[in-house]
Amino acid sequence: MKRDVKISTRDLSFYYGELKVLKGVALDIEKNGITALIGPSGCGKTTFLRCLNRMNDLIPGTRLEGNILLDGEDIYSKKVDVVELRRRVGMVFQKSNPFPKSIFDNVAYGLRINRMTKDNSELHERVEKALRDAALWDEVKDILDRSALELSGGQQQRVCIARALAVEPDVLLMDEPASALDPIATAKIEDLIQHLKQKYTIVIVTHNMQQAARVSDFTAFFYMGQLIEFAATDRLFTAPQRKVTEDYITGRFG
Amino acid sequence: MNTKKIKEKLGFILLRLSVLFVVLFLAVILTYLVVNGARVLSWQFLTQNPENAMTQGGIFPALVGTFFVALITAIFSVPLGIFAAIYLIEYAPKGKFTRLIRLSIRNLSGVPSIIYGLFGVALFVQMLRFGASLLSSGLTLGLLTLPWIITASEEALKSVPASYREGAFALGASKWQVIRTNVLPYAFPGILTGIILGLSRAAGETAPILFTGVAFFIPSLPKSLLDQFMALPYHLYIMSTQHHDIEGVRGIAYGTALVLLIFILLLNLGAIIARYRMRKIRRA
Repeated sequence: MKRDVKISTRDLSFYYGELKVLKGVALDIEKNGITALIGPSGCGKTTFLRCLNRMNDLIPGTRLEGNILLDGEDIYSKKVDVVELRRRVGMVFQKSNPFPKSIFDNVAYGLRINRMTKDNSELHERVEKALRDAALWDEVKDILDRSALELSGGQQQRVCIARALAVEPDVLLMDEPASALDPIATAKIEDLIQHLKQKYTIVIVTHNMQQAARVSDFTAFFYMGQLIEFAATDRLFTAPQRKVTEDYITGRFG
Repeated sequence: MNTKKIKEKLGFILLRLSVLFVVLFLAVILTYLVVNGARVLSWQFLTQNPENAMTQGGIFPALVGTFFVALITAIFSVPLGIFAAIYLIEYAPKGKFTRLIRLSIRNLSGVPSIIYGLFGVALFVQMLRFGASLLSSGLTLGLLTLPWIITASEEALKSVPASYREGAFALGASKWQVIRTNVLPYAFPGILTGIILGLSRAAGETAPILFTGVAFFIPSLPKSLLDQFMALPYHLYIMSTQHHDIEGVRGIAYGTALVLLIFILLLNLGAIIARYRMRKIRRA
């Protein structure tokens, strides 16, 4: 089976000052698949994720070596407009961070700053569509002008997902999107991720191995800044090739 | 009672006495001013010119002068202060040089106002040839206010959570869009507080306007930026120390002090109301 690669990293290393936190990571992320990044705290999985939409650019004193290709194009090349890149590669953060604005204005934010709609009715359509895609529309359709901060934690995180979906990215990066949520809210987010994969390429960082096993098609195991093992999720969890992977997924450390 | 409890009690009494002392002091000043000043306070007092060698009449030109000099101060220092703070927090490279600049700005807010006054004479009155005028005084007070506005704006910008910025960046916002739509609106209440504190300090200052434009007495209101003007704090100073009949004009002096105080209280009240309304809008 020939895989359709959306993002490809080549010999990717990343430094915070002198500290090397990613060591030569080479990983192919499949289009319209869900790739989970697992590993113990400090293994570099979140740093790796934040390289994919160049969010690490915002941290002073950091440095990147190697290449990241999105649809075959190097996203760190000088020709690339980083602002446009971040629109194409959306991100949902670990701690849900709705803006202190109304639910509508949160979802409309990206559409407005990128001037993606020609008039008000199109804006409303796009906001509704994003909220439907984030499985939130039915819960909020009558309270769109209320502050997003009044919603429950799970709803807030889905506002953030809707906000990211509204600008129609190709790729959705999720940094432990359910780590602060209760099991019911987590289940909703996981269902949602399954639905979203038809339209988007999804990369999800998770601490929770059951979650990785439940939602993802591929799993990458990071340890001490290195990509130790990468395989189809069922294979990685049933027949890990490396001892350290097996130790981690069986809970011997981490 | 054990010693731990006694110590707790003593400490608590000490703290309470300190507050009591401060409040008492303030209450005495206010009562004294209100009791003595209220007698002369009237609509005429606010709207009439001084008459008979400033022994009668009102303080209208001083009130107008203070209003306009504060306005010029605001026009000069508010945008400049906010922009400087935005640059220092959002754009300036984080390094020794930036830290040195910020430290210097903080130190500037402690420089005695007479030094600003003398600097104003040298720069605005003489070098730039604005003469002793409303403009020179307003600009001098603007320099005095700038460090306050910059420092308050910096703190306000820093207090906006990083997650607002990251969230907006992740949606494809440019840096200026992030600042304009997702940082400044939430920093604004804090910035406004700094502006009002700075301006109310400026409005009450005497030393910086003393050499740069304020006049002892002028029969007419200033007609241009380059005219001299009268101002409340200086008028108060004249009335209480320089007038030929100090005993006779004591009432006017108290009235002037009270008006100056009310002027500043109104400024602060305005800031509180504006801040409250903005918070409410944001929550909605």
